[in-house]
This record gives sequence, C-alpha cells and structure tokens, in this order.
Amino acid sequence: MMADLFVQFCEMLVVLGLAPLLAGYVRTLKARLVGRRGPPLMQPYRDLLRLIRKEVVLADSASWLFRAAPYIVFAATWVAAALVPTFATGLLFNYAADMIAIVALLATARFMLALAGLDVGTSFGGIGSSREMMIASLAEPAMVMVVFTLSLLAGSTQLSSIAAFMQGPGVGLRVSLAMALVALIMVAIAENARIPVDNPATHLELTMVHEAMILEYSGRHLALIELASFVKLLLYTSIIGCVFAPWGIAVAGQGLGAYLVGLAVYVVKLAVAGLLLALFETAIAKMRVFRYSDFLGSALMLGVLATLLLFVSRVA
Amino acid sequence: MITPLAFDVAHLFAGSLVLVSFMLLYQDRMTGLVNTFALHALVVSFSVAWQAYIQEAPHLYITAAIALGIKAILIPIALHRIIVRLGIHRTIEPVVGVGLTMLAGIGLIALSIMVMLPITAQAGTLAREDLSFALSVILLGLLMMVSRRNAVSQVIGFMSIENGLILAATGAKGMPLVVEISVAFSILVALIVIGIFLFRIRERFETVDIHLLHEHRGEQP
Repeated sequence: MMADLFVQFCEMLVVLGLAPLLAGYVRTLKARLVGRRGPPLMQPYRDLLRLIRKEVVLADSASWLFRAAPYIVFAATWVAAALVPTFATGLLFNYAADMIAIVALLATARFMLALAGLDVGTSFGGIGSSREMMIASLAEPAMVMVVFTLSLLAGSTQLSSIAAFMQGPGVGLRVSLAMALVALIMVAIAENARIPVDNPATHLELTMVHEAMILEYSGRHLALIELASFVKLLLYTSIIGCVFAPWGIAVAGQGLGAYLVGLAVYVVKLAVAGLLLALFETAIAKMRVFRYSDFLGSALMLGVLATLLLFVSRVA
Repeated sequence: MITPLAFDVAHLFAGSLVLVSFMLLYQDRMTGLVNTFALHALVVSFSVAWQAYIQEAPHLYITAAIALGIKAILIPIALHRIIVRLGIHRTIEPVVGVGLTMLAGIGLIALSIMVMLPITAQAGTLAREDLSFALSVILLGLLMMVSRRNAVSQVIGFMSIENGLILAATGAKGMPLVVEISVAFSILVALIVIGIFLFRIRERFETVDIHLLHEHRGEQP
C-alpha cells in the first residue's frame, strides 16, 4: 500500500518534471528542422520560473473566476495525468478512475479556460473561447468513441487493464485498432493546439485559439496555464504510448529494476513521439478555421467506424 | 475451422474496404477520386486472394487477378484518360454536405450490420462478416451515386458497388468462376458504354454535370 502510494507520487512528479522538457524538445527539433538553432532544451523551465517571479497584472473587469481558473485548470490536468500509466501500471489512483474520467477531467479544464477567456470581456478572448468550444464539440465525441473501441476490445475502460490486454496474446490483427490510433492522434493534435489546427508558436494572429483565450493572463497564473498545457501534451503522448506501444511498462509488484527499465523506455518513447510530432508539424501547413469540422469530423467518423467494425467481429 | 489469425486478416481487408469506400465519399478532386478507386480495387483483390488462400479455392486467385488487372490498373488508367480528354482533371467537385453524407454512411453501415447478422445466423463466422461488410460497401456506393453531381464520380460509385458484390460472392463459398468472369467483363463493357455516353453528354451540354439533364427532361432542379 505504502509502496503503491510512493510509486504514484513518483509518477506524478516525473510527469510534472518531464512535461516542459518534452515541449522544449519539440520546439528545438522544429527549429533545427527549418534550419534555425532554436532555444535551448531547458528554455520552458526558465520561462516558467520567470513567470512565477513576476507580479500578476489583473484587468479591472476580472472576477474571482478569472483568478481561480488557472488553479482549477492545472489541478484537473495534473490529476488526469496521474491516472495514465506512464512507466508503471497498477498505480494506486488507477483503481479510482478510468479513461472516461480522464476525458471528463480534461473537459472540466477546458470549460474553465473558456469561461476565463470570456470573463474579462475582450473580443480576442471571446473568439478563442468560441473556437475552443467548437473544437471540443467534435473532439470529445471522437475521444469517447476511441475509448469505447478500446474498452470493447479489452473489456475494461481502465488504462492499466487496456495496457495489460494490449501486451497479451489476445489482441490479434485488428483494423479497428488502427482506426482508433489515427482518430486518437487527430484528437490529440486538436486538443493540444498543434499545427494543422492551431499554431503553438504564434501570439498575435487572427487564427489562434489557445493563445487567444489566455491573452489576458500574466505572472504565476500564466505559468500555471502554460504548465498545464505542457502536461496535457505529455498526457496525450503517454496515453498513445501506453495503449498502442505498451512494451516495457513495469507491472505493479515488480522490483526497483523493472521500474527503472520502465522509466528509461518511457523516456525513449517520449523522444520518438516528440520527433514524429516535430516532423509532422514541419511538413504540414495550418488549415483554415472552417476546415476544422472536416478534420475532426473524420476523426469522429473513424472512431464510430472502429466501434461498428468491432461490433461485427464480436458478434460473428 | 479457420484460425483466429486467418479471421483477423480477412476482417482487416474487409474493414479496410469499408474505410476506402468512405474515403471515396469525400474525395473532391477528380484524380484523387480515381486513385482512391484504384486503391479500393486493390484492397478487394487482396481480400479475394486471402479468401482463396484460407478456403483453399484456387479459382478465386483468378478472380483476384482479374480484380487487380482490370479494376486496379486498366479502368483507373482509362478513367484518367477520359478525365483528361473531358478537360475536368483539374476541377474540384464540391461535395455537398460532407457531414450529412458521412452520417448517412455511418447509418447505412449500422443498418447493413443490423440486417445481415441476424439473417445469416446459420452461416460461418467469416461469411457473416463478409456479407455484412459487402452490403455496407454496396450501400455506400449507392449513396455516392446519389450524392454526386458529376457523371464520372457516379461511374466510380457504380464500380465500387461491383467491388462490394465481389466481396459478397467470395465470402459465400461455391460461386462458379464463370459467373465472376462474366461479371468482370460486363463491368469492362459497362465502362466502354459509359465512356461513350460521357462524351455524348459533354457534346450535347458542354458539361458532365448531370443537373442539366433534369432541366432537359422538364424537371425543375
């Protein structure tokens, strides 16, 4: 019991510690790919430290909601990240919540952020919030369909059980899994405001979504929101890693060695995922706002199709 | 009795065929549409070849070869030529209501699964699965013919229906080879006839948008 608790807390700290590094790594890789030198790997940590030291500037029209939102967003995202088996399964919190809870926690964070974007009453925040909600209305059903597909296969909505099932012999060759993977990647790109949907590098552009909502934030509030978005990127990478590449994850009850191997494999997985993300973002152009519904609609369509196809093979 | 792996591979090909049918629905460029159709035929020929292997029915290899040769290579080349000669290879055909068409497609797949699984309760697992997917492909092909305005895309919808028929025929054991060969060649004849018609339509109306035909018949569009 105590050991489980210890592993759980280690996992939460690892997630928090690695999240800015992953973001910095992707930024550096992207800069190198277009022939620039780019910021050093540790730059996100420095940015966060600098923001925490700065004083908070609040708009006159800001209510308590505006001040509370960063803490709620960060807490919800961090708890969601604690539910994902990153380098070890069978974490203590895994038994308390499943993938649907993760989706709900992330939805809570997004809801608060959209409210905060509307709170100050600037037009930029309003645009950002309305676009974020438009993306959410398509991305969340797609994510839930992916969860349904996985749980139909594995017989459970808990990520630990799904990861164990995916390592076992019962998986087989399934077209539904490939569809679910593609749908999950598309949802992850949209949710993390990566390039075809939103550009994470811009601050003042008419097409931005995430940055528009947080334009009024400063100081430690901004630091928390930035950290939450780093953790969210890591969370989606970890979900994809633990479901579709579950090799090397330590199982609860194994010794210290297994945990260390799990941690090393996890870092390698993150490095590969970050490289793929940087390559993808460099190769593709941002799409128009009116095309979002096509992009996310096809993710939703893939999710529904994966579930339907699975239904046939289950009955047959 | 078939092994789980054999079933999984058959499921993989049949499921991919349904997916490619969906891709056909929302392609808006003519060349992309023809290339997707070639992919559709390629998946069908793989699926048939796998059926030949697990059913130990050598004549199905001939069907697979016909599907590969005629529908994945010959017909796409012919269609590319027709498109270039009609001068529509650069046109973008706006697909009306992508979301609605997709929803209708999902509904059709659910319908065909709901219809096929109960009535084939006696058949083997592989045949049941193939039949329900084949019905989905056929219905999606019909949906494509209904939702498109361009005559060439309607032709491609028609050809994809035929691919669904082949999937159904190979899933059910004991389809004579003669029938399959005659179906394959009737498709080729259909292509020639349709090709001639396309040029006739273009000569008369200077476009292959079939909405002009409605006016000609006295219907209000």
